[in-house]
Amino acid sequence: MRNPLKSAIWIGVGISLLLAAFIAPFASSSPDGLERIAKDHGFLGKSEAPGVSVWNHAPVKDYAMPGVKNEKVATGAAGVAGALGTFAAAYGFARLACRKNSDKA
Amino acid sequence: MLRSFFTGERQRIQMHIPDGFVSAPINIATFAVSATALGAAVVKAKKELDERTTPLLGVTAAFIFAAQMLNFPVAGGTSGHFLGAVLAGILLGPFNACLVLGLVLIIQCLVFADGGLSALGSNIFNMGVVGGIVSTYFFYVLRRMLPKTRLGFSIATAISSWSSVVLASVSCSLMLALSGTSPLSVVLPAMGGVHVLIGIGEALITTTVIGTLLALRPDLVGALQTGGAP
Repeated sequence: MRNPLKSAIWIGVGISLLLAAFIAPFASSSPDGLERIAKDHGFLGKSEAPGVSVWNHAPVKDYAMPGVKNEKVATGAAGVAGALGTFAAAYGFARLACRKNSDKA
Repeated sequence: MLRSFFTGERQRIQMHIPDGFVSAPINIATFAVSATALGAAVVKAKKELDERTTPLLGVTAAFIFAAQMLNFPVAGGTSGHFLGAVLAGILLGPFNACLVLGLVLIIQCLVFADGGLSALGSNIFNMGVVGGIVSTYFFYVLRRMLPKTRLGFSIATAISSWSSVVLASVSCSLMLALSGTSPLSVVLPAMGGVHVLIGIGEALITTTVIGTLLALRPDLVGALQTGGAP
């Protein structure tokens, strides 16, 4: 039971990384639903006025790995880093909650 | 940010509500609801998560992060992307789905500048609470009404994942209207119209992933365990 589960998890992580690395760079670059409507109805500017943005220290802005010139590679690298980081964060968080749980039991 | 947007050197990528769209009172109210929902989700997770579900929660989060990057074209120069709330809900339950979406949205906001920090509560409300919690309960209701077959399970998956995207867009429209950003008569039909289409993509992806798991690894589909055999 343990090993098949592990393999399923790694297959899932592998698929996620492949999507992020090789498909994400070729995703549609058209604005998404909300952004398009904001553009069409003249309120996109509300998010771009100076001083509106409260968090300006995001290390990987716009899903482009800084320092990587090629746009596709930058997106793929950002996607891989993000998917791995998200897995680590979610798994780590869940493990923490789970450990506290099994300690009590 | 502003500079790079206008020079067009690298297109600004925003998939969630940025700062400046939703008013402070609405952001504060939705933050309170989202924080309460996440708190409840953590309490539930501490009770329910085990060795089997913890890695599944991690991989679901990673998949949702990656799949949300895959914008697909919908009508007229607009794109849409996967949400993943009902997928997470069927695999892990409604509150774990909220937790997963919350984690993904926090990472997207802080690391990738996607979604405003001031609007984080609103984004988690739309996608984690309306998408994760409400829509997964809607899936349970549909599942009870439909035949207990694999086809019934798939139809419930398709309808609830489609409606999760539409409901989230309606909730977002209400926030924008209440904030005075755009009148409801303008923003609701516009948002609803495009998300009716984006929801079809959501339903296709969710039904395909769940269908594949049902065929290959039904033990990973949490909704099967809690709701009896399909």
